[in-house]
Amino acid sequence: MSVASRVGSRQGRSLPGAAPSTTARGRAGNAEARSRTRQRLELLLLLTPAVLLFVGFVLVPIVVAVYYSFYKWNGFGPLNDLVGFANYRRALSDTVFQHAILHNVIIAVLSLVIQLPLSIGLALLLNRNLRGRGFLRLVVFAPYVLSEAVTAVMWLMLLQPDGFVDHLFKAVGLGSLVTTWLASTHVVLYTLFVVITWKYIGFGIVLLLAGLQGIPGELREAAALDGATPWQATRMVTIPLLGPTIRIWIFLSMIGSLQLFDMVWIMTLGGPAGASTTMATYLIDKGFQSYEFGYGSAVAVILFIICFVFALLYQRFALRRDTAGALTRSVR
Amino acid sequence: MTSRTTRKSRHTALGAVSLAAVAALGLAACSSNKPAASTSNTSTAASSSSSASSAPSSPSSGSPAAGGELNGGKDVTLTWWHNANTDPGKSAFQKVADDFHAAHPNVTIKVSPIQNEDIKTKIQVALQGTPPDIFQQWGGGALATQVQSGKIADISQYTQSWIGDLGKGVAGWQVDGKQYGVPYDYHVVGFWYRTDLFQKAGISAPPATMDDLFADITKLKAAGITPIAVGGKDKWPDAFYYENFVLKECPKATVTSSLDAKKLDDPCFVKAGDDLKKLLDAKPFQNGFLGTPAQQGAGSSAGLVANGKAAMELQGDWEMAVMPSLATDKDFASKMGFFPFPSVAGGQGEPGAALGGGDGFSCSTKAPDACAAFLQYLTSADIESQLVKATAVTIPSNGKATDAITDPTLKKVLAYLQGVSYNQLYFDQYLPTNVGNAVNDAVANFFAGQGSSADIAAAAGKAASQ
Repeated sequence: MSVASRVGSRQGRSLPGAAPSTTARGRAGNAEARSRTRQRLELLLLLTPAVLLFVGFVLVPIVVAVYYSFYKWNGFGPLNDLVGFANYRRALSDTVFQHAILHNVIIAVLSLVIQLPLSIGLALLLNRNLRGRGFLRLVVFAPYVLSEAVTAVMWLMLLQPDGFVDHLFKAVGLGSLVTTWLASTHVVLYTLFVVITWKYIGFGIVLLLAGLQGIPGELREAAALDGATPWQATRMVTIPLLGPTIRIWIFLSMIGSLQLFDMVWIMTLGGPAGASTTMATYLIDKGFQSYEFGYGSAVAVILFIICFVFALLYQRFALRRDTAGALTRSVR
Repeated sequence: MTSRTTRKSRHTALGAVSLAAVAALGLAACSSNKPAASTSNTSTAASSSSSASSAPSSPSSGSPAAGGELNGGKDVTLTWWHNANTDPGKSAFQKVADDFHAAHPNVTIKVSPIQNEDIKTKIQVALQGTPPDIFQQWGGGALATQVQSGKIADISQYTQSWIGDLGKGVAGWQVDGKQYGVPYDYHVVGFWYRTDLFQKAGISAPPATMDDLFADITKLKAAGITPIAVGGKDKWPDAFYYENFVLKECPKATVTSSLDAKKLDDPCFVKAGDDLKKLLDAKPFQNGFLGTPAQQGAGSSAGLVANGKAAMELQGDWEMAVMPSLATDKDFASKMGFFPFPSVAGGQGEPGAALGGGDGFSCSTKAPDACAAFLQYLTSADIESQLVKATAVTIPSNGKATDAITDPTLKKVLAYLQGVSYNQLYFDQYLPTNVGNAVNDAVANFFAGQGSSADIAAAAGKAASQ
């Protein structure tokens, strides 16, 4: 796991980084050796529990899943039907799974295109001095506090045919738009996206509000003195400085979209006719519901590879400049 | 400030990666728990069985054997998972567990009622680790798959003296002639209907043929009533329609041989799909039926019928036990009627063939003698009569307990079940689980307007070969 080793080595590097400064003050050589031993002990003490957990609950299961994925196995009895890459071929050629990947990608893209601008807009609004700001922040953040299951059950009731949402639409004169929100193969995915947005928008806003706190007011003031309109100050000063926060939000949102499960499973079970199946619901459907654990493991490995490759690429190309700059500064 | 946010963010990033990993591995983590303990358990079971072998010889009237000899007289706690998570079943089963403990103080039964859709997943996961000691079992091909785990006890030696009381249906809980579970009730699927809504639509008698049914659908629609409710979200209610059409179109021998070969591709299966298409084209179902659950909440198909929002539902006899908790009208039961699946003109199916199954329990290998004694107690005429009176059980497996059925509608259901020429186990239960689910998926797609009759016919064979 290269991420782990990179974090480990960076911590390893940053700690000895402090050592030369003590020698620079002219301490004796054996004191230096003793302090180095102590540092190693400290490292061992502090890292061991984390590494053990990581190996036991992340690395070993990954290896085991990869192992299972090469077998045809119903979860019981011996693992003796080695099928090579057949499970992978079957997954990648199954139209239901292809659609599942597509659904995940649609949710991810919609998050970027709709949730992000919405979050930024609301965060900027809630960062201003308006009356009841604290209350509004609370209202926006409240859905995030609910568990996914509670959210799903609640919306399931609201979205029932002839339920609250339908009545609301009719009451405001939009009755013609009413459809079977969760039962139409064309609409269901977008209905789910609205619920996901409702639930997670608060999280994005709180993240962005925290980012906004870190932008000194003087910068906007200076821009205003130079003749920038408030809109220009927002566009040229505030949003670029929010960059690191936005990049993190995108990262979390993409991973969340790829792993989407709870809400979909409770609200639609991936249906109707697979119209809201995600990679994770497909995995559970095949692995646990149909006793195809070998095949389910192959799907899990594919899901893992997709998330992992995305995470690595994103680290490499988008997050790197945030982290690299900051870390070198703190070390020096 | 900057450095703190970025360091935090790196941690979050790492956290997210490991989350991805964990998601990938949920499966592996759960499945890596191999049945290491099962062998030792089995040996204890074998040794204790000899000392307790007198238990089955107790009178088959169902009075439990005298306390103290089960599990070699040692204290044992058995966990019991059942799907009666609402009353009346919940309290009735709790009482059975408490009474059994009173008769056998060394056997404590810890009851966990679990919702029907949830319990299926939970049992499958549990069978890879430590299964509950007594758990819901629907028999058939799924039981045969589960038996491969080595964690389900063969209780033939404890049940042989009394299992005959439960009729021919017990064969559904056997694998290779060995008893791996005991049914406590039997089921049969048919149409539940609202007599009040039929009256309102001017329908005098329940339909006997498909043509009658189509005529009634038209009448109900004209009266502004949703003709049929179906729980399309759960898929298996959709499959009930297909399976019933198969029983109408295919001779018994074809049904059995096709299911055993896991290939449902005889032309009569395609015809059954075409029959289903005709029904779907009549659009008899409620608005948004593809997203409707079968049993959860007032908006479920059971809830819609219980509350008079739909006139019919193709479901098992259990619906009368599911509906009370969903109905606002506490008098709904008096308005319910039952009729068998209508006949299909020109169908080659055996007259009197029905779709059904039953509920039962399997035992873990922890204390099979105590578990089997408990199941004997549970299925005894006295206790089953109690369960029927409490409406926790609709049609008891023990024939002597059927006298306890007093509801005239249920008496009709019972008479229908007793009169059927054969009661075919639901296909998804009869077939190995992955094949059965593939058939359900294909039928559910068909309900959503996707695929053809031929696709349904091909689904089983395709899943079986994968």
